[in-house]
Amino acid sequence: MKERLEALRTEALAMLEQVQDVQQLNDLRVKYLGKKGALTEILRGMGSLSAEERPVIGQVANVVRDSIEARLQELQEAFIREETERKLQAETIDVTLPGRPMARGSVHPLSKVTQELEDIFIGMGYQVAEGPEVEQDYYNFEALNLPKDHPARDMQDSFYITEELLMRTQTSPVQVRTMELMNGKPVKVVCPGRVYRRDDDDATHSFMFHQIEGLVIDRNIRMSDLKGTLLQFVKEMFGSHMQIRLRPSFFPFTEPSVEVDVTCVQCKGNGCRMCKQTGWLEILGCGMVHPKVLEMGGYDPEQYSGFAFGMGIERIALLKYGIDDIRHFYTNDVRFLQQFDRM
Amino acid sequence: MNVSYQWLSQYIDVSGVSADELAERITRAGIEIDVVQNRNQGLDHIVVGYVVSREKHPDADKLNVCKVDVGAEEHLQIVCGAANVDAGQHVPVAQIGAVMPGGMKIKRAKLRGVESQGMICSAKELGLNDKLLPKHMQEGILVLPSDLTIGTSIADVLDLNDHVMEFDLTPNRSDCLSMIGAAYEVGAILNRPVTLPTISVEEIGEAASEKIRVNISADHACSLYTARYVKGVKVGQSPLWLQNRLLAAGVRPINNIVDVTNFVMLEYGQPLHAFDAAQIAGSSIDVRMAREGETLVTLDGQERKLEPHMLVIADAEKAIALAGVMGGENSEVTEATVDIVLESAKFDGGIVRKTSRQLGLRSEASLRFEKSVNLEHVVPAIDRAAELIRTIAGGAVANGVVQQQVGAHERKVVRLSLEKTNRMLGTSLTAADVQSILERLVFDVKTVEEGVFEVTVPSRRGDITLDVDLIEEVARLFGYDNIPTTPIEGATTPGSLTKSQRVRRAIRRLLTDGGLHEALTYSFTHPEETKLFPALAGNAKPVALAMPMSEDRSVLRTSLIPSLLDVATHNRNRKQEDVHLFEMSSLYLTEESELTKQPEEKLVLAVLLTGNRQQAQWNVKPEAVDFFDLKGIVDSVVSYLGLSGRVRYEANRPVGYHPGRSASLYLKTNDGEQLLGTLGQIHPDLQRSKDLADTFVAELEIEALVAQADFTIEYKTLPRFPSVERDLAIVMDRQAEMGRILDQAAAAAESWLESIRVFDVYTGDRIASDKKSVAISLVYRHPERTFTDEEITEIHGRVIAAIEAEGAELRK
Repeated sequence: MKERLEALRTEALAMLEQVQDVQQLNDLRVKYLGKKGALTEILRGMGSLSAEERPVIGQVANVVRDSIEARLQELQEAFIREETERKLQAETIDVTLPGRPMARGSVHPLSKVTQELEDIFIGMGYQVAEGPEVEQDYYNFEALNLPKDHPARDMQDSFYITEELLMRTQTSPVQVRTMELMNGKPVKVVCPGRVYRRDDDDATHSFMFHQIEGLVIDRNIRMSDLKGTLLQFVKEMFGSHMQIRLRPSFFPFTEPSVEVDVTCVQCKGNGCRMCKQTGWLEILGCGMVHPKVLEMGGYDPEQYSGFAFGMGIERIALLKYGIDDIRHFYTNDVRFLQQFDRM
Repeated sequence: MNVSYQWLSQYIDVSGVSADELAERITRAGIEIDVVQNRNQGLDHIVVGYVVSREKHPDADKLNVCKVDVGAEEHLQIVCGAANVDAGQHVPVAQIGAVMPGGMKIKRAKLRGVESQGMICSAKELGLNDKLLPKHMQEGILVLPSDLTIGTSIADVLDLNDHVMEFDLTPNRSDCLSMIGAAYEVGAILNRPVTLPTISVEEIGEAASEKIRVNISADHACSLYTARYVKGVKVGQSPLWLQNRLLAAGVRPINNIVDVTNFVMLEYGQPLHAFDAAQIAGSSIDVRMAREGETLVTLDGQERKLEPHMLVIADAEKAIALAGVMGGENSEVTEATVDIVLESAKFDGGIVRKTSRQLGLRSEASLRFEKSVNLEHVVPAIDRAAELIRTIAGGAVANGVVQQQVGAHERKVVRLSLEKTNRMLGTSLTAADVQSILERLVFDVKTVEEGVFEVTVPSRRGDITLDVDLIEEVARLFGYDNIPTTPIEGATTPGSLTKSQRVRRAIRRLLTDGGLHEALTYSFTHPEETKLFPALAGNAKPVALAMPMSEDRSVLRTSLIPSLLDVATHNRNRKQEDVHLFEMSSLYLTEESELTKQPEEKLVLAVLLTGNRQQAQWNVKPEAVDFFDLKGIVDSVVSYLGLSGRVRYEANRPVGYHPGRSASLYLKTNDGEQLLGTLGQIHPDLQRSKDLADTFVAELEIEALVAQADFTIEYKTLPRFPSVERDLAIVMDRQAEMGRILDQAAAAAESWLESIRVFDVYTGDRIASDKKSVAISLVYRHPERTFTDEEITEIHGRVIAAIEAEGAELRK
């Protein structure tokens, strides 16, 4: 019996080596190890064995079964592996083909810069105020210490609609309106918006452009606070390496008046063509609010003081992105706009 | 103002400070100098030569062969092509080795076989601005005065070893429209004293008042008028030194009389005028307003119609000059002039400004009067001019200045507190610091009590009237960079955006995330364009600019759509055919035909779609945008602002649109509803004229959305009981509106309806041609239990009845 078992094993293992697929494998399992399989058949003869022989043969039968089963298992796993492999092969795609694009638009660069500027100042505790673009002469000029016939009105030729109404030439009238609104209370606002000046359009000029102005009024506002504010702003906007440089200037609505240069954003101050080798770029005008402007806005200049600053948003955007022509902002070529579809 | 470094050094010691360094320091103290021009662009080896002889070139008609004495042992032989070269002239000679301002190197050369050992130069070749020179000096070689020493360096002769600093003056600093003013500024910066010219006029016994009388009739327009009388002048060319000064300042030399008046104007900032005394009728001058209908031919030959608001200088009969603006031809100094009357005055800036603007006559003189001249310089300037004319043009100066003054002149006194100075600047300056800075400016400073000064401001600084003006002077000379940097003290304030600003940011984010590009376009447009899409403008009229720069930009827009269409056309012309844009800007609306108050500025959102939804690629099919892309965007905006279910679309054919593919949009409010905007395909005619493919636009009022926008999010418990879904296929008239059926169905289902969705719309062969079939899916749910079949059948039955009541049939 032992011999038959051994023979069965030899035969079964030999047959298994011939197997081509899972089906044949299963057939052989049934044939040798099934309920009616060859092994069961042999073991049926166990009844005729002596009590001493039985456990011995039993032992041998177990070994035979285990070895066939182990081999069967091995082959089965191999077939599954092969099968999976084939399937994966068949499912393989070219991952280098382009993905299905998610629609992505872009914020206009001027809006992008405006939002950034607003956010910086909001973080510093400012409100964002807006005002009309068609403005009264009083708010655009007179309340800003620019009476009719003031020579400084030459500085900006304006688009008048009537004697008293014009397209605002600056966002400063919003400052005056804010002062009136606040009615003697402290003020801390930035005012972004469109402004208009009679200028022939070219690469650096546009009859319509955008400004953002800031105004702070309280007791004890100092010129040193203005410097501190601007330095913080410039570092947040352009990076912590930025420095500012102040130059005396003239605006009718501030005294003292200041022109502010910042470290050239292109060469970081080493001197390049953009900054005419000076290392500095002029980006904003500012100053301490003129006492006449405070008075007209309803503040006692002996009790209150304030500072104001203003800058051109186009100028900031041109510098920040290295844009070469201001007209791109208003032409809205999609190839231009698309470039601003990022953080 | 062009300030010559060399000329400046006549009034202040600038030794040890180069022109470039000085320019930098002036700039840092408040007057911007962008350009420092070196007047010597390469004049080594160029000297004064004397043309000993001139002969025709043997082989060239237009060339001359000259023998020139340059002070060397041998005369140079120079071939010269200029027609005006002649023997006996003093001329600039560039010798071998010279490198001309243009970069040309002078070498030994042969011209048509004749050796040439240098070049005789023209004014331009020396780097002079020849546009400022008289014609005879522009053409050919520059002929120099005959009293020059042969061999002298040309740079010395023409004062070209000099730098010119271009002062870019802000309107408040008209004091620096003069060399002396510039000297005071430099003096304050360098802390060095200013030396004024010493003037003593050599007069004859005859009194000027015998020769000329002056009177100011228009006493609101002229505060001081002075005149001097100079007899027997000889009008001619100015000496070289004077011409050189004027050229350095960029002023054209004309003749000795005019040149002196210009020189003194540049020196003192006081414009002067010279009249031919023989032409002054009645030997009297009156400063009066022009008379109605009066005319004057000005020096430029133009006849000017004068108006009563213009100030004139008149003799006994007629106007002879436009005060402060330009002289009259009838009293001009010519070569025949013998006696002259000099004028130096202070005219009202506003009147001069108005006249010069109205007549388009702006001159160096009017510029200075407009910004107000220094009253204290009126007399010194006329004295200086009289004495210079006497020495340069001959003549005898009559005794005395004839003058009339209106009112008294007092210097301004401004009180300044040290405490306020430091409080404004954030500095800790001492009284001595402040005093010393103000004294550098040659302001008279008196301490009236501790920490309080009384500062007497010289009349040249008309810009200083308040203590803050003095504080600025202190700050700029102390140095803005020396002011500390501090944070604002006191309570911090929270920053924030308004609701309107937040809504606009939300819309911007939603639309850009959805694939649209934000555009910004001009507010000005052509009047015709304002008629295209009038929905949001209503009856409003466009606001017109008084003086537009062009018809295309002559009115304020009343719709954003035409601007976006132009953007689409621009892109399409550049092969960018898929354009998806939006803009948020204002419309300007008024009911008035003559504006008396500010127009309404209405913020709107405009959207434009044209071309394909997305650029086609291997896994994206090219699909053209349609009305429903646009409507989907509008719906998203509405629902993003918490307003879904609050809008109604009505196909009421808004102007400008395709009548069958457009709608108006209404927003339901507490008291009814309001027009929110319009949307649709633009009219095919417009599409054609703008050269566009099918283009879809929408325009919505932002403030209406802002007013209603609701940012609250309220959580609803997730459903715990199952829903029931039923589909229906409805056949209805093609013209009928599905929106109405959906509304009715929803109403009939009451609160049990969770959602209703259109999942197919069919028109075609399988149904009648005037019908459409719409398939919808309805989801019903009870919040507290599971519906029974009977309940669902009952609810769904009501829905079907409601649909059928609208004239639709169920498709079986």
